[in-house]
Amino acid sequence: MNIVVCVKQTPDSAAKVSVEGGHVTWGDAPLIVNPWDEYAVEEALRQKEKHGGKVTAISMGPESAREALKTALAMGCDEAILVSDAGLKGSDSLGTARALASAVRKIGSVDLVLFGRQAIDGDTGLTAAQVAHLLGWPALTYVAAVEEIKPEAKTMRVQRMIDEGRQVVEAQLPVAMSVVKELNEPRYPSFMGIRKASKATIPTWSIADLGVEASKVGSAGALVSWSEIYAPPVHKVECEVVKGETPQETARTLVDRLIAEKVI
Amino acid sequence: MSNEIWVYIDQFKGTPLPASWEALGQGKRMGGPVIALVFGPGSQAIAKEAFQFGADQVLWSEDPLLADFRAEAFAGLVTQLAKEKKPSLLLVPSTTRGRDITAMVAAELGCGAIPEATGLETKDGSLRVTRPVYAGKLFTTAVFASGQTRIVSLRPRAFPMPEAQSGKSGAATEVKPVAAEADLHTRVAGYAASEGGVSLTDAKVIVSGGRGVANNPNLTPPADLADDKQKEVWKAQQGFKLVRDLASVLGAAVGASRAAVDAGYIPYAYQVGQTGKVVSPDVYIACGISGAIQHQAGMRTAKTIVAINKDPEAPIFGLARFGVVGDMHQILPALTEEFRKRLGK
Repeated sequence: MNIVVCVKQTPDSAAKVSVEGGHVTWGDAPLIVNPWDEYAVEEALRQKEKHGGKVTAISMGPESAREALKTALAMGCDEAILVSDAGLKGSDSLGTARALASAVRKIGSVDLVLFGRQAIDGDTGLTAAQVAHLLGWPALTYVAAVEEIKPEAKTMRVQRMIDEGRQVVEAQLPVAMSVVKELNEPRYPSFMGIRKASKATIPTWSIADLGVEASKVGSAGALVSWSEIYAPPVHKVECEVVKGETPQETARTLVDRLIAEKVI
Repeated sequence: MSNEIWVYIDQFKGTPLPASWEALGQGKRMGGPVIALVFGPGSQAIAKEAFQFGADQVLWSEDPLLADFRAEAFAGLVTQLAKEKKPSLLLVPSTTRGRDITAMVAAELGCGAIPEATGLETKDGSLRVTRPVYAGKLFTTAVFASGQTRIVSLRPRAFPMPEAQSGKSGAATEVKPVAAEADLHTRVAGYAASEGGVSLTDAKVIVSGGRGVANNPNLTPPADLADDKQKEVWKAQQGFKLVRDLASVLGAAVGASRAAVDAGYIPYAYQVGQTGKVVSPDVYIACGISGAIQHQAGMRTAKTIVAINKDPEAPIFGLARFGVVGDMHQILPALTEEFRKRLGK
């Protein structure tokens, strides 16, 4: 199977994120592989281990995103491609999807593209379904279990996590899918993997390499932009500590207070 | 482009999701004729409800192609209609299905989409959308480039639920997808592992358990449990029983922290937080949850937070309106009993 996994580099999930001079900053917090994407990388590797083939990691982002690709290589991906161009800066989710879909087309004969369900910075979660649509492939979003893939028959069967439980869906390959945490436990990069990744050459694909229209991507093509970014207003909550001699008394006082304040 | 506001009504097996009516209510507040799109089984019955919640017109389809939700079929019908009528705005509840619709319709129409809105206003003639980013650590005001249909998905419980007005009705028009089964590449084989209970996203009250659920020193695990891990999980399950008991008296949904999920105490479907569900209930009762920043990302928009934790220094008390410093294993049974008395259950 020819598998592609898309990874994004994001600030660490524990980072203290703030706005300085209109720009988002996260201090010295490290940049990491978007946590949801780790499940996508892991699943790509497992499917390759089961069915053979190749896993290519792609990341769209600035030069620093190369580090995220090295992590993917260290985990076991075979190849990595950085999609990077000054003209891609400021892309909205559709612009990102156009660039990534073009990269998948350029790789050619891809059976499966994996994404994490959303990136923990922009938090849009639109890209996977948009890439699927642009490629004319089915989108299987929120995949919590891959029941089977039959590469010969070009079919797959997954469980999608929906608000009400699980939906079992069969699809014809090629497929673009986004994954949730329950799918697997991502592996750590191995020592050998880290060594291999440090020596790997990661090609950069520009807008010209991708063959996308420059006017359809980046800030030039963005139909959505952020006019303001700000820290949420701080609701100063004064915690009223409820006490009692016994658990029963504590419970009674708490319920009194919750009812008095019309909370319940 | 027309001045119509379209609202996608999300449903599961004939039951509309409350967030659909919240979106409809928001459409009404923005002015302009509001057209509700109701697709799938039971659409004609849901259409009647849509009028009561304020729809001026309904486009519905019970075509066999739409028997189960498939993004390609449902988004296909929305785009087919939108290309013809060119609504100015499409509002979609941000459910799992709604998010797929938002993404695919935007990709097909080549228009902008802003997901997970928590606020929406028109200022100087342009639409300004408030939404959390960076897991709610920051907020952004997102805006559209002009000139095409705009799509916004609305986070459940972020917008007020409109009052249903009985007796209201309107023109319901049947629509037909041009796509045929042969055009689709997916088939729904069924549903599995439905967790049942109250959905976390729609819940008004949530009772959530963390790592502390396993820390009841007065419990002795059954002797046949071999290793420490099994004993720990058994203890945690007893702890979650206390959480469920309270939830059941309050008609609440059950949630959990990542620590509890990763320790194998409860399935992932219950996880609240950055890598779980983002919830916005009226009341969130956190039991044995310390309140790591990743957990806060999933629940900090709750109107009132109640924290029960042994550690007075736990960060959760920084968000809580009411706090009990104590052992959840003692407090929860007393609290359940007290609510049972007071609420007459």
